[in-house]
Amino acid sequence: MTLMLEPNIIDSDGFYQELLGAHEGMSKDESDAYNARLILTLANHIGDRAVLRAALEVAK
Amino acid sequence: MVATRYETAFKLYPYERVAAQAGSVHRHPVVIIGGGPVGLALALDLGKRGTPALVLDDHEGAGLGSKAICFAKRTLDIATRLGAGQAIVEKGVVWNVGKVFHGESKVFEFNLLPEEGHRNPAFINLQQPYVEKFFFEAIQAAQDNGAPIEIRGCNEVTSATPHDGYVTVDVDTPDGPYTLEANWAVACDGARSATRDLLGLSFDGRVFEDNFLIADVKMKADFPTERWFWFEPPFEGAGQSALLHKQPDDVWRIDFQLGWDIDREKELQVERIRARVDAMLSSQGGRVPDYELEWTSIYTFQCRRMKTFRHDRVLFAGDSAHQVSPFGARGANSGVQDADNLGWKLDLVHKGIASDALLDSYATEREFGADENILNSSRATDFMTPKSEISKVFRDAVLEMAARAPFAQPLVNSGRLSVPCTYDGFALFGEDDLNGPISTRPGAACPDAPVGNGYLLDHLTGGFTLLVLGDDAPEQVNIDDIEAHVIHLRDIAPELAERYLGDADHAVYLIRPDQHIVARWHDFDAEAVAQAIRIAIGEDT
Repeated sequence: MTLMLEPNIIDSDGFYQELLGAHEGMSKDESDAYNARLILTLANHIGDRAVLRAALEVAK
Repeated sequence: MVATRYETAFKLYPYERVAAQAGSVHRHPVVIIGGGPVGLALALDLGKRGTPALVLDDHEGAGLGSKAICFAKRTLDIATRLGAGQAIVEKGVVWNVGKVFHGESKVFEFNLLPEEGHRNPAFINLQQPYVEKFFFEAIQAAQDNGAPIEIRGCNEVTSATPHDGYVTVDVDTPDGPYTLEANWAVACDGARSATRDLLGLSFDGRVFEDNFLIADVKMKADFPTERWFWFEPPFEGAGQSALLHKQPDDVWRIDFQLGWDIDREKELQVERIRARVDAMLSSQGGRVPDYELEWTSIYTFQCRRMKTFRHDRVLFAGDSAHQVSPFGARGANSGVQDADNLGWKLDLVHKGIASDALLDSYATEREFGADENILNSSRATDFMTPKSEISKVFRDAVLEMAARAPFAQPLVNSGRLSVPCTYDGFALFGEDDLNGPISTRPGAACPDAPVGNGYLLDHLTGGFTLLVLGDDAPEQVNIDDIEAHVIHLRDIAPELAERYLGDADHAVYLIRPDQHIVARWHDFDAEAVAQAIRIAIGEDT
């Protein structure tokens, strides 16, 4: 599997709103901690080390 | 005069003047500097093979105090082969359950769930002085059977000078100095190795900026025999992490991570230590049980190794060659594996069966082992002591998620416990022509399995072994001066089949004297086995 860089989320505006909504009311520290939990959860779902490595690179 | 650097827990080899201290200089095949677990295991291995070993130690027995406490199955298997395993396991505390806490809450617990069909448990806890005592007693038993081992207590090495073909060693004793010579010198003299300094060799690596307070506490407590580890402990003054773990004789190891900027002398005051211990114990039992402080110390640690473990005729083994953080119990356990790796090689070289190039493989294999241990213990340390703001954010995120979802539990790292390394792709290992289980591929240490009323490892007693499962086996295997012992098993227990056959219905394994697998095949082929033995002793050029 290779890292998906083409649009892959149906209703991307809706997702973006949900993502920001999840952070609402959080302090900067709380948001940072939440982001870390989110990254770990998503990374585990992906699992594939090559894909994760590509994502680590592409996000730089 | 020989300085006393530490108190002795057990006096094992009191100083005795020997004739060699006067008159002409004696040449010894192997001189081992340091009588800790590594030096004693090596002396025992060499002596049982008939190669004379002289151990020089600057004290008269096992040092008192807080050192290694956790011994892994591989060490127990090696000790069993050498005759010390039973005493070690009987005295040790077997444990399987670990609990990990973050603050007040339990993040998760694990059970090592040891596989069935092994003689030895996955881990035991036992104070290092006992391990040294049991190795020493095995040496005495071997001496009674004629093993050429000699231990000289209160013999301090003051210089080691390499020459072409031998090493001159100057020794100080209560009766003054004398000189001896060694064909091979093995420095097993610990992290502060005097031999390493005498030879001017460097020891580079990473120092971790942290202080750990150890308190060995003697008490009658009904805490279960479990490893309890806290990240950010909720009790007063515990620092960034804490550990509670049981040892024999009603002694409990307690460890507090205090951070870098501390006043060492103040933190070692008995009342301050007791306040910390009180807070920890009362948080568990609701009250403070009666206890005595057996031993306390503060340590910082380093992860480093020598660039190479062989310097011509001087070899380094154990902490003198490599040092790791204590998380994962990779210090003494890897040192005993060094001795296990070196013993048979030094024996073959001494007897002229293999060339001294075989000793280079000791260095490359065990340097690889040390790198693996340093990698694992550095990772654990970085998890326990996050080095930046964001690494702490991720560390805490892992701990929080681990309490809610199983996926995060493997990310929690309070030490990855010692397992033997597999020498994948190293020069002395041969072909894998079986398509068998991955855990028994060439390079791996043999896992144990039931055989008859005993165990497989009971049959791997120290020579080369040809293990034949099912099928036809040769009567004997003699290649050059090596005789491989043939173990032919037709009645194969399920665990043995699972670990050594997989989908195959028969198999042939060539196993080294240190119980690592050289090569494996479906069928016996005399030429292939001969070739693999030559590869294994470095004579395949």
